[in-house]
This record gives sequence, C-alpha cells and structure tokens, in this order.
Amino acid sequence: MELTSEPVLSLAGIGKRFGAVEALADASLEVYAGEVVAIVGDNGAGKSTLIKVIAGVNPADRGEIFWQGRPVSITRPHDATALGIATVYQDLALCDNIDVVGNLFLGHEMTRAGVLDEIAMERRATELLATLSVKIPSVRVPVAALSGGQRQSVAIARSLLGEPKVVLLDEPTAALGVAQTAQVLDLIERLRDRGLGVVLISHNLADVKAVADRVVVLRLGRNAGDFDMATATQEQIVQAITGASDNAVSRRQARAGRADMATTAGTEAGQ
Amino acid sequence: MSTSTTSDTAAEVRAAAIQRDPRLAGPPRTPGELAQAIWRRIRAGELGSWPVIIGLVVIAVVFQSLNDRFLSTENLYNLSLQIVASGAIATGIVLVLLLGEIDLSSGSVSGMTSAMLAVMTVRHDVPPALGLVAAIVLGAAVGALHGLIFARIGVPSFVVTLGGLLGWQGLQLWLLKPQGTINFPYDGLVAKIAHTNLDRVAGWLVAAVVVVAYVLAELLERRRRQAVALPARPVVSLAARVVVLTACVFGAVGILNAYAGVPIAVVIFVALVVGFDLILRKTRYGRSIFAVGGNIEAARRAGISVTGVRVSVFALSSTLAAVGGILFASRAYSVGQSSGGSDILLLAIAAAVIGGTSLFGGRGSTYSALLGSLVLGAIQSGMLLLSLDSSVRFMITAAVLVAAVVLDSLSRRGRRSSGRE
Repeated sequence: MELTSEPVLSLAGIGKRFGAVEALADASLEVYAGEVVAIVGDNGAGKSTLIKVIAGVNPADRGEIFWQGRPVSITRPHDATALGIATVYQDLALCDNIDVVGNLFLGHEMTRAGVLDEIAMERRATELLATLSVKIPSVRVPVAALSGGQRQSVAIARSLLGEPKVVLLDEPTAALGVAQTAQVLDLIERLRDRGLGVVLISHNLADVKAVADRVVVLRLGRNAGDFDMATATQEQIVQAITGASDNAVSRRQARAGRADMATTAGTEAGQ
Repeated sequence: MSTSTTSDTAAEVRAAAIQRDPRLAGPPRTPGELAQAIWRRIRAGELGSWPVIIGLVVIAVVFQSLNDRFLSTENLYNLSLQIVASGAIATGIVLVLLLGEIDLSSGSVSGMTSAMLAVMTVRHDVPPALGLVAAIVLGAAVGALHGLIFARIGVPSFVVTLGGLLGWQGLQLWLLKPQGTINFPYDGLVAKIAHTNLDRVAGWLVAAVVVVAYVLAELLERRRRQAVALPARPVVSLAARVVVLTACVFGAVGILNAYAGVPIAVVIFVALVVGFDLILRKTRYGRSIFAVGGNIEAARRAGISVTGVRVSVFALSSTLAAVGGILFASRAYSVGQSSGGSDILLLAIAAAVIGGTSLFGGRGSTYSALLGSLVLGAIQSGMLLLSLDSSVRFMITAAVLVAAVVLDSLSRRGRRSSGRE
C-alpha cells in the first residue's frame, strides 16, 4: 500500500492531566491512510488516554491535532465523528436484544416518511458485511446469538457506516479465541486495504506483529519509540515498553547468554 | 469503499445473499416445515405469545365446562369492556418494563387524574371534552415529573413511583373532599365513552379495514424486499398470519356484534395497543426504547438521549394510566376514594408480565398488555360466574402471575442455552 506523504491525522505535544496524575506528558502520533499503527505500552502508559483524546471523550489539556494537515480541535465525541474518526471500544457496546441490522444502525437509523426503512438498512448491512467478508448466520439474529469474534466484527462494521478515514480499535482481540482473533485480524487488514488509517491498541505483541505496519510505544505518557514493523525486533519493542535495557525480558535472555546489551541500549530512545 | 467498484459489490452482495450457511435450517416452505420452525423457536426460549394463547384456551375450556354461561356472547362482551381500563394502564407498564424499570404509581395516577376530571367537569362545569384533554395532559405532566426525578437526579424508579403511589392517592382524596365520590351524568360525554357501541356494520367495516391494511402492508414489504433481492417472508408463513389475523379480528367482531356491537372503549384500547406496537417496532423512538432497555451504555454511545427516552417513557406510562382512569370512571359513572386503588396496579403489572413482557428489560410488546389483560379478565370473570370467594380469587390470580414469571425466567434460560442471550 502506497503511503501519501501527508498524515491523515497527526498529534503533537499532547498533554493530559487527571488530578495529580499526568497521564500524557508530551505524546505525539501520526496516522497515514492505508496503514495500521499499533500503540503499545505497559499498563498506565497512556494508550487509552491517547485514544480518548482522539475520540473526543477526554479532550487534551495541551497540544495540537492536525487533520489532513489542518489544525483542528476535538472537544467532544461528535467532533471526532464529524472529522471521520470512528472508535470501537473494548466493551463493544452492542444491544443484545436488538438484531445485527438494528445494532449496526443504532442511533443513525434510515427512515422513510418517518418510519424505519428496514429494507434499506438490511440491504446496506448485508453489503457492508459482505465486503468485509464477515460471516454471520443472518443479519436478523439478535446480537446475543453471535460469538465473540462475530460481535467484534459487528462492532467494527458499525464504526464503518459513517465512512470514516481513521478507525481506532481498543484491544479488539482481548478475550477472543485463536480462530476468532484471526477473523478480527483479517478484518483489520481489509480495513487497511480499503485505504483507512487504523490505530490499534493492543497488549498482545503477537497480534501487533501480525497486522501492524508501524508500532508506537508509549511509556509514562511519553513517546518511547516508533518502529517500522518490517525491521523491528521483539526485544527492541519490549525494551521501549519497559524503558530499560535491564528488564525482566532481557535478564532472561542474558541468563541464556544471548543478550547483546551494547547494541540494544542505543535504540531505547527510539528512532 | 471505493466508489468505482460499487456496482461490482452490489453483484457480489446478491451472490452472498444467495449463498446461505448450509448448517442453517432453510425458510419453511410447507405447513409442516412451518410447524417445525415454530417448535424450534419455542425450544430455544422464543416463546412469543404461545403460552398466553394456550393459557386462554385452557381457561376457556375449564370455565365453560364448569359454567356454560362463560363463553356466552353476553359474558364475552362484558369481559371485553372489563379489560379495557386496566389494559390501557398495562400498556403503559409494558413501555416502562421495556426500559427495565417499574412504575408503581400507575394506579394512583389513574385515580387522581379521573378525580381531577370529575372535579373539573361536574363541580366546575368545564366542558367534558376539555376536561378529558386536561386529565390526559395532567397524566403526562405527572409522568414527566417521575421521569425527571428518576433520570436527572438518579433516584431509583421504584422509589420515585412508590412515592407517586402514595402522594397522588393523597391528592385524589383531597380533591374528592368533602363528598368522597363524584358521579358523572349518565348522558354526558365521559359516561358515553364506555357505554357506546359501534353500529354492527361499522364493526364489520373496521375489521375488514384492519385485515386489508395488514395484507397490503405485507405485500408491499414483500415486493420491496424482492426488488432488492433480500429474503422475504415465506408465502406459507404469510398466509398463516393472514388466516390467523382474519379469524381473530372477524371472530372478535362477530362475538361482540352478536350481543350488542363493538364497544367504542374496546376500539380505543386495541388502537392504543396497535399504535404503540407500531411506534415501538417501526420508529427510531421505539428502537431507542429497546436500546436503552438492552444496554444503556450502547444507547448513550450511539447518541441516543437516555434521559429523554426515560422521561418520555414515564410520561407515556402516566398518560396511559390517565386514559385507563378515564375508562374506569366512564364505566362506573363515578370517581370515588377507592378509584385507582386496591389491586388495579398489581393486576396491570401482572397483565404485562403474563402477556410475555420481560421484567428484565428489552423484550416485550404492547400486545402482551392485551393478551395478559384477557387472561386475567377471563379468570376473574370465570371465578365471579362460579361465585368463588375473593380469598380464592386472590390466590388463583397470584398463582397465574407467578407461573407467568416462572415461564419468563425459564425461557430466559432456554435462550441462554441456545446462545440467544
């Protein structure tokens, strides 16, 4: 996938404070069309806070946000949606008692003379799920009848109805089985192939390795590394996450006599 | 989605729509397959209205064998009039139950608003039509107040409406002072509501219009679905629905016509049930009620105003309670201190639940108010015919209510084991 020279979304110098805690100090992020950027970091590194800043749930205290090169302000969820940023939260937020079509269009139902246009919505839903190759038994079953992977797929498909340019996914594979994870990772690749910028938050480095083009590491609210997935090694990323060449992972390797402290220390600050 | 490939994707979609998962049972084509499909749904806990319909048949058979006046047209006519008031209140209760909340004030609100109607029209000579509108608006305002205290301040609906139960009854007693009972003139508009029947021909016409409208709507929907290659309702299932609807509507009108004609009050009640069902299933507002009842967080993130939905549903519940109160008052020609009191609230809640609306929120329909009221009304009417003591009547009604909730809980379990919850 060819990258355009200008990022769709870029954030610089983002700061966010919750009382005494500085959740984000000086974070930055660039997202290009047609790439998957993974944000990784330890618990409390500021990943979710950064996502919430972009989604407009918790606006930033400081810093600048650029959308297609032009400065914008995102102060509420509506601002983000209006720009073309869709967010899929970890807890999915689907209504179990409503069918797949109803959930896809919840809050944005199509109407015809004031009455729900079920036919147009069902048609659009079938189309969308088919282009994403999402397999579900029927678009008219209640969401309660779907598996975890199918529910995640429905939640992601739902975010695409607004024709966004950037999709934020918060831990999309957490709590999924092996086959279901593969299903969701396939879907993420299809989003990228459609030219969307995908921001993926994940704890699972295997998933990140599988789909991400670029990895941004956050540590204590600051950027701690930006790696090209094609060249980065797992040790480099782990060191950036833990912030030290001397960490539990490297100590294990040192005991095995394979660690090379001298070369890895230099990459700690990022590229 | 790139725009250049839109026509290709449309073709793909049609292909995908045809390629069904082979593990899925196909749509029913013959009456036998239709029966099998219905049985599968029941096994999976999608009971729908079946328990109530079976219950009604059992009640009819039992009471008819004990007293052959039970299924007489006179008794059925009286039964139809007897259920309209509590049925209207139960319709409001259904809306509140869909949110997963409860409204304990409905009985008191029905009594208080009808007392207000009596005070205005009888004591102060307000024109009856204006009085009716004012009583209904008062109901809406009272409900909106409950809703605001619940949704804005966060007091549990149970407590807010329990306060309403006591408080509005107090206002009712105060309004009715000093006599305690106010009678409506026998020939006034208020009394006429429950004591006027449609002309027999008009009754048949209404039945015909209902059936024709249903058939037309279904055929139109079918044509639109086929035009865009979406799966349409199988012909056998459509035919079965039309036959059942025709039998129910013409059967009911036939029975009522055989005695005295269709009461206007019954038409009002059925129109409320059908109207609110259409609002629930066919409008964005109705969808938002199901969403709030299913998952509040999802509803909020979808941009639905949860507070707005809650306040409006409580307002509707009390509005329907006011309508129920007017129907009660009209049937009794009077409003007294006990109007809206005793077991009216409990029977309305019981009717909604017996009819199949879940106490757990998000599942149900206004038809459960109609069916549940029919079940309770039939039991009451049968027991009165047998001149059973009220002690026995209470116990039997309680047993039916508990049985209905047991069925609700069991069907929830069935849905879980079939992966539908």
